Amino acid sequence: MVLKPYEKYVLDNGIPVYTVASNEQDTLQLELVFPAGSWYETESLVASATNFLMKNGTSKHSALEINEQIEYYGAYLNRASHHENATYTLHSLTKHVEKLLPTLAEVVLDPAFPEEELAIYKQNMKQRLVVSLQKCDFVANRFIDKYLFGEFHPYGRVSSMEAYDALQTEDLKAFYRKQYSFNNCRIFMAGNLPANIIPLLNQYFGSSEWNGRNELIRPDLPILPAEEKKHRIFNDENGVQGAVRIARPFPNRYHPDFPKMLVLNTIFGGYFGSRLMSNIREDKGYTYGIYSHIYNFRQSSALNIQTEAGRDVCEATVEEVYKEMLQLQQVPVPEDELLLVRNYMIGSILGDLDGAFRVIQRWKNLILNELDENYFYNNIQTIKTISAAELQMLAQRYYNKEDFYELVVI
Amino acid sequence: MIHYNKFTLSNGLRVLVHEDNTTPMAVMNVMYDVGARDEDPSKTGFAHLFEHLMFGGSINIPEYDEPLQMAGGENNAYTTNDLTNYYISLPAENLETAFWLESDRMLSLAFSEKSLDVQRKVVSEEFKEHYINKPYGDVWHKMRELAYSTHPYRWMTIGKELSHIENASLDDVKSFFFKHYRPVNAILVVGGNVKTEKVRELAEKWFGDIASGDKYVRNLPQEPVQTGAHILDVKSKVPLDALYKAYHMYGRQDPRYYAADLVSDILSGGGSSRLHQVLVKEKKLFSNIDCYHFGSLDAGLLTIDGKLVKGVKMADAEAAVNEEIKKIQDTRVSERELEKVKNRVESMLAFEDMSLLNRANNLAFYELLGNAEQMNTEFENYQRVTAADLQEQAQLIFDEKNSNTIHYYAES
Repeated sequence: MVLKPYEKYVLDNGIPVYTVASNEQDTLQLELVFPAGSWYETESLVASATNFLMKNGTSKHSALEINEQIEYYGAYLNRASHHENATYTLHSLTKHVEKLLPTLAEVVLDPAFPEEELAIYKQNMKQRLVVSLQKCDFVANRFIDKYLFGEFHPYGRVSSMEAYDALQTEDLKAFYRKQYSFNNCRIFMAGNLPANIIPLLNQYFGSSEWNGRNELIRPDLPILPAEEKKHRIFNDENGVQGAVRIARPFPNRYHPDFPKMLVLNTIFGGYFGSRLMSNIREDKGYTYGIYSHIYNFRQSSALNIQTEAGRDVCEATVEEVYKEMLQLQQVPVPEDELLLVRNYMIGSILGDLDGAFRVIQRWKNLILNELDENYFYNNIQTIKTISAAELQMLAQRYYNKEDFYELVVI
Repeated sequence: MIHYNKFTLSNGLRVLVHEDNTTPMAVMNVMYDVGARDEDPSKTGFAHLFEHLMFGGSINIPEYDEPLQMAGGENNAYTTNDLTNYYISLPAENLETAFWLESDRMLSLAFSEKSLDVQRKVVSEEFKEHYINKPYGDVWHKMRELAYSTHPYRWMTIGKELSHIENASLDDVKSFFFKHYRPVNAILVVGGNVKTEKVRELAEKWFGDIASGDKYVRNLPQEPVQTGAHILDVKSKVPLDALYKAYHMYGRQDPRYYAADLVSDILSGGGSSRLHQVLVKEKKLFSNIDCYHFGSLDAGLLTIDGKLVKGVKMADAEAAVNEEIKKIQDTRVSERELEKVKNRVESMLAFEDMSLLNRANNLAFYELLGNAEQMNTEFENYQRVTAADLQEQAQLIFDEKNSNTIHYYAES
């Protein structure tokens, strides 16, 4: 298996541009990434509000005019804000990209944050929150992260009516100027790229030191996990299902156990044939689906088992999850199951690298985490060679019931 | 332009091959011409429950998923009101594993009591997760009953009620299988790093001797033209009032379908669309509002669906929606606005075609409609739509007598 290499260009002002070209289709993807996630905010929700509202008005054009311009060409300009990074991503037909770049540049370099737009945003986000808070899975996700990281850490902090009410345009503007600076911008591109794309990017993004230079420092932040491990919450007395979450802290991706855990987690609850799925869905019928996840957070990760189960079988589901952990601690994974999981994981990585859009996604994750292709190839090597004995040791290290937070929200 | 080759086995199984040597993967897509609309009204939800049972072991292969995962493959399936679709993606060198698995379950299922027993429970949990334990989760159940008096679109794919699923018997399962899951009612698409001649050979080898079965002749009761507005007021434990208005439109193969589809694109689907701009941004009556339809094969519903800003009266919100409807009925859209929604369709089709699985799925879908070639001419159908067509369809569809309205009130 080969990870198709990227090409790297550097704009006149130093912005790196990573590209994976492919000419089979007439489409392209252009993504600008900034260290502007919730990690860097000092007031809750400022990062996501800033990211969202950059598109809703510049000094020259209203939100409507911007949307008109993008949508006229059938393009999509999506924004997203995560824990670490925030992005602006343009998807368009190659033939239209030249006409779209001025709008993209305006949104990224010259947002105005109109008061009116912020007011509408606050109102609509609060409405959305009040609906989500009725859902047991949404509520459970908030609580489990709070238990794992503490409510003051960016990984455990959650949205609230008060936090929306407190948003001020001045805070958004300040956050924007600080985090969306040219020297922290990285560009990732894939698909059918026009021959003059680099000169074009230079023209719109490469010619000046926009928003000035901001040298970021990013110290780790203190994690304050909850003391009490076992929680039961009633959110809806008539609920017919409960959201079950069983989670524990886990080292981040730089730890040697991380790639090994990817294999153990797959066996345990990472694919349709997993232990959890086979037992709790396919044998007992307690749920429509159950999965275990490894968070991809930068400072510190977590293992999290999640499912929505019938109200009267939630406790039985919790018990079965622990039974499956114990089984992995006590009995080595049979060779045929291990071979199946190796093949499944390799096949799914192969499928995941199909097409330039997916290849650049893989590179982006490596580059943003200061990793290179060796990390990718080492992971593949781990999948191919990890032994049943190593997996059992890993289970003994990380699948101890007493280390897990346990939550059911009905 | 999507290239493909097509042939039919002697048992009636249609096979399409889409070669793409830029990928290391292969996909197999098996579409069966059966959906929830083909169900007995007293046994709804069955087509979907049946889809689950397709993974419970077939006549010669006790476990479907294991050998596929061993071959580095992944799979899934979905059921709609119109059709049922199964798809596999795996490294191309293991393609034959997919043939082996899919042909065995077309040959016959294992019909295991245990599998039926478990999947009844799993589907019940799916029902609860998506339609009961969720604010506004029951609205489509109510809307279908309000809008359809006769056509089997009266019920959702998941079923009318939990008891129908709970009462399904193994005899129901068997007769459903031998009625619908026959080569003559199926379309097989193989795509990716494959060669047509090899696929032909494998198709003959694995599917060639499965008994053809009887062609299922669909004879569904058609919905009469609606002659008066239907209105339903609901009170429920939700935090916000919501408004739903659904109007009967056209089937997927009706030439007027394309204009109707573009009407929904004018009204909704982007930050510059009319409903969002006027009702969310300018008048601030809704926190979100959309216009959509499900692209159903028989005549579906063009639906406007929005949540009201707290404190806004239902009557005011509805009047404002009607005003937007009147605008699109009274005044032709500008050439630029028409161009915009056509550009959007062009772009959407291009992005859809990027994924190999989507291409295989779409080939099967258009073949089910009548001819896979339509996949390559679909955009022309949109390009032909004029501003006058669009206005005419807005007038016909958004007729008050053709409307079905749910006022969904929050219990205070």
